[in-house]
Amino acid sequence: MARTADALLEEIHGPSPAQLLRRRVFGHQGLLIGGGVLAVLFVVAVLAPYLAPHDPYAQDLLARMRPPVFLGGDWDHPLGTDHLGRDYLSRLIYGAQVSLLIGSVAAVISGLIGTAMGVAAGYFGGRVDMAVTFLVNVRLAMPVVLVALAVVALFGGSLQVVILVLGLLLWDRFAVVMRASTRQVRSREYVTAARAIGCSTARVVLSEIMPNIVNNLIVVATLEMAHAILLEAALSFLGLGVQPPTPSWGLMIAEGKQMMLFEPWLVTIPGVALFALVLAINLLGDGLRDVTAPENRN
Amino acid sequence: METAVNDPILKVRNLRLTIPLGAGSLNAVRGIDFDLQRGETLCIVGESGSGKSLTALSIIDLLGRGIERRADRLEFDGIDLLKAGRSQMRSLRGDRMAMIFQEPMTSLNPAYTIGDQLVEAFRLHRKADRAAARARAVELLEKVGITAAASRLGQYPHQLSGGLRQRVMIAMALMCEPELIIADEPTTALDVTIQAQILHLLAELTREMGVAMILITHDLGVVARVADKVAVMYAGELVETGTAKKVFEAPVHPYTRGLLGCIPVPGRTQRGAPLGAIPGIVPSLISEVSGCAFRSRCAEATEACGAFIPHRVASEGSHSFRCVHESGRKAGAEAGT
Amino acid sequence: MLVFILKRLGLAALVAVTVSAISFSLLFLAGDPATALAGEQATDVDIEAIRRLYGFDRPVLVQYWDWLAKALQGDFGESYYFKLPVADLVLQRLSITMTLGVCGISFALLTAVPLGVIAAIRPNSLIDRLALLLSVMGQAMPSFWFGLMLIVIFSIQLGWLPPSGTKTWVHFIMPTVVLGYYAMPAIMRLTRAGMLEVLASDYIRTARAKGAGEGRVLFKHALRNAIIPVVSLAAVQMGFMLGGSIVVESIFALHGAGYLAWESIGRNDLPTVQALILIFSMFYIVFTFLSDVVNAWLDPRMRAG
Repeated sequence: MARTADALLEEIHGPSPAQLLRRRVFGHQGLLIGGGVLAVLFVVAVLAPYLAPHDPYAQDLLARMRPPVFLGGDWDHPLGTDHLGRDYLSRLIYGAQVSLLIGSVAAVISGLIGTAMGVAAGYFGGRVDMAVTFLVNVRLAMPVVLVALAVVALFGGSLQVVILVLGLLLWDRFAVVMRASTRQVRSREYVTAARAIGCSTARVVLSEIMPNIVNNLIVVATLEMAHAILLEAALSFLGLGVQPPTPSWGLMIAEGKQMMLFEPWLVTIPGVALFALVLAINLLGDGLRDVTAPENRN
Repeated sequence: METAVNDPILKVRNLRLTIPLGAGSLNAVRGIDFDLQRGETLCIVGESGSGKSLTALSIIDLLGRGIERRADRLEFDGIDLLKAGRSQMRSLRGDRMAMIFQEPMTSLNPAYTIGDQLVEAFRLHRKADRAAARARAVELLEKVGITAAASRLGQYPHQLSGGLRQRVMIAMALMCEPELIIADEPTTALDVTIQAQILHLLAELTREMGVAMILITHDLGVVARVADKVAVMYAGELVETGTAKKVFEAPVHPYTRGLLGCIPVPGRTQRGAPLGAIPGIVPSLISEVSGCAFRSRCAEATEACGAFIPHRVASEGSHSFRCVHESGRKAGAEAGT
Repeated sequence: MLVFILKRLGLAALVAVTVSAISFSLLFLAGDPATALAGEQATDVDIEAIRRLYGFDRPVLVQYWDWLAKALQGDFGESYYFKLPVADLVLQRLSITMTLGVCGISFALLTAVPLGVIAAIRPNSLIDRLALLLSVMGQAMPSFWFGLMLIVIFSIQLGWLPPSGTKTWVHFIMPTVVLGYYAMPAIMRLTRAGMLEVLASDYIRTARAKGAGEGRVLFKHALRNAIIPVVSLAAVQMGFMLGGSIVVESIFALHGAGYLAWESIGRNDLPTVQALILIFSMFYIVFTFLSDVVNAWLDPRMRAG
């Protein structure tokens, strides 16, 4: 009987950690669905210029508010057109770019800030820890939507400003989780051993601590990415985020709101897209948490 | 009382506990029998995983979900526990049968005072008013040797030491003057110095109040001091039962002999000599188990051990064991230790 | 206990001051209040005059100190737009936001806690799966979109509920649901996890061994312990919710403090925005402080420490 080397090895040693991980990943429905949907949306965003049937900015005032195909529209505009006659599907596709860009860059910025603070607090303890905890408390006490709105209003609502504001506001969960994980890892023997043989602080943090907390970092990053995307949509919806004519989903909902009474699909379509994207990211994040720390499941 | 005085308070026949698993099932307890007379103390001895705790929980019907209980007979004072409904079991629990658990640190509810928890069963079963229940609680706290009992009622579990908490648990079990107490390793979580005190207290109180007790333990030193009867459990079966005196002085089953051989005896055990140990591991109890479960570790094992294992009477009275060999030793082996 | 409360109070005050300082400097550095105040037709000379009149030419720290000292006495200055004292303006609008917040958290607790408890009693049952689905979906649903969908369904299609306004309690139904659902998933998950853990604990077995009935075991023994972390979460969520009411109020045109904040930001009415940021952060601070106190009261182990 032919047997693969893998199967033979497994029989002797049991499954390797990588095999276990692979098995858990492929056994986790939420993770697969979330990852799959996110991957598709990512591809759509990247290939937007090739996939979008029309220019998302091109107005056609003679073809305003055409209904989507499933409401009796034609295939020239599969999802209809908005109040300025712009193709809704194209705007939706370019909107994915905006959401993903804002979500990922804001998550990276807040991740850098939060991780630096959290790891420092967890590693050094004492006064550093007190200072970081205090800052986290201050940050949590700030009403995010209000502050973000006010700042965006003052600096003007460009994509860069929105990204920066969200990035500078959403680091709290990174700091809290990284602080806790670092404290946990710090007391392990291998960290003590590394310090005992005279490794520098930077080396201990980068090569002993970081690899052991990076899974938590990834989980928080996905959740914060979803958070940032939702916040951007809310800000744009309130008219103080990304400015028109940029095709942001939140902005599309705000514009559709005016015509909601007669054309509810103008609000429904971008809302469903936003919901699907955030759901996919959350499923991926939850799934990653389950897979990397199965003992914490439920 | 209608039942005759010498009828056993607890009658167990062919008790089987199985845990269904994905494939097959785990036969955790496989057909055990015993009787417990009023006021008598039975010690069930065995290593961890032998099914002692499950047996205890099955009597009071507190097995976790998904564990199947079957038996030919399971009677408490003539009441068929197999047929008893949930409400009937509830009215028995805490009133006529009580349980003391292993972990005093976690067995008390952290959100309520000792007093609240002591009076709970009493007020539930006796419909007593607050004052009467508190008076009873103070009385019992004093009985278990807690000083300043009245002021302890207002304290929370986290304010008491482990030993004190276990005393509170004992007092709680005795609140309604039960006829049966099941104590599942009540001292293993405690400091060695306190273990003796608690055990002594438990033995004394059950004797004084005429309560029958099933004491589950893996500490043979404990058994020797408090047991009237001993049941030795191995891999879900009772391999030897009898009066404490008989089992300790003349153990028959190879496992019992091995177990007793593990205890160093002052004077008899040579200094520096290796302590007794039983080599090997407990067999898997998943799916059908045939023959003697101990045979893979047994020095007396023969081919016949894979077949049916009969119950045998060792000597007069209630001393019995399960082994293919008539005297617990294979034919031809010389007698004597 | 007293020491604990005093410590927490001191910390809370420090947090409040820091938050106000940050938002003050942020707002006053970024915008030019004099320009905003002077209006479109103003000349440079006018703006300069206004700047001196209001003291905007002084260092930020001095201005902040001045503002803080007055704010502590309840004087938040005058709204640029309404030309009214900010304190009166905010106070007048706050009752709607508070009502909304209380309704929202009550709604969240009344739905999430029972769901969490049932899910924990019957893990992997249909209800458990449904609750999980609901919480996963809830976390992903943008609240402003959820609000609009409710309006589409219940106001436009069915005509059951009014889409905006504050006249009767009926007007508060949809805003309550939208604000409350935001806090639901977290509360439900925590209740479920807490109940699962507590139900597996030794003291629940003790309670059963005493002959306590299922209801007594669940509610007196289990829920009492499982609810402790939920209380603090609910308090924190309440603080967040009041801050998030800005979205809900704008959708349903509820003229509360959140709506005022939205309007004021659009109008560059900095004294009002500044006061609202401080007030909303005070809400968060007060609620987390209260939750610590309630927690200490609920959990005897913390009471002693």
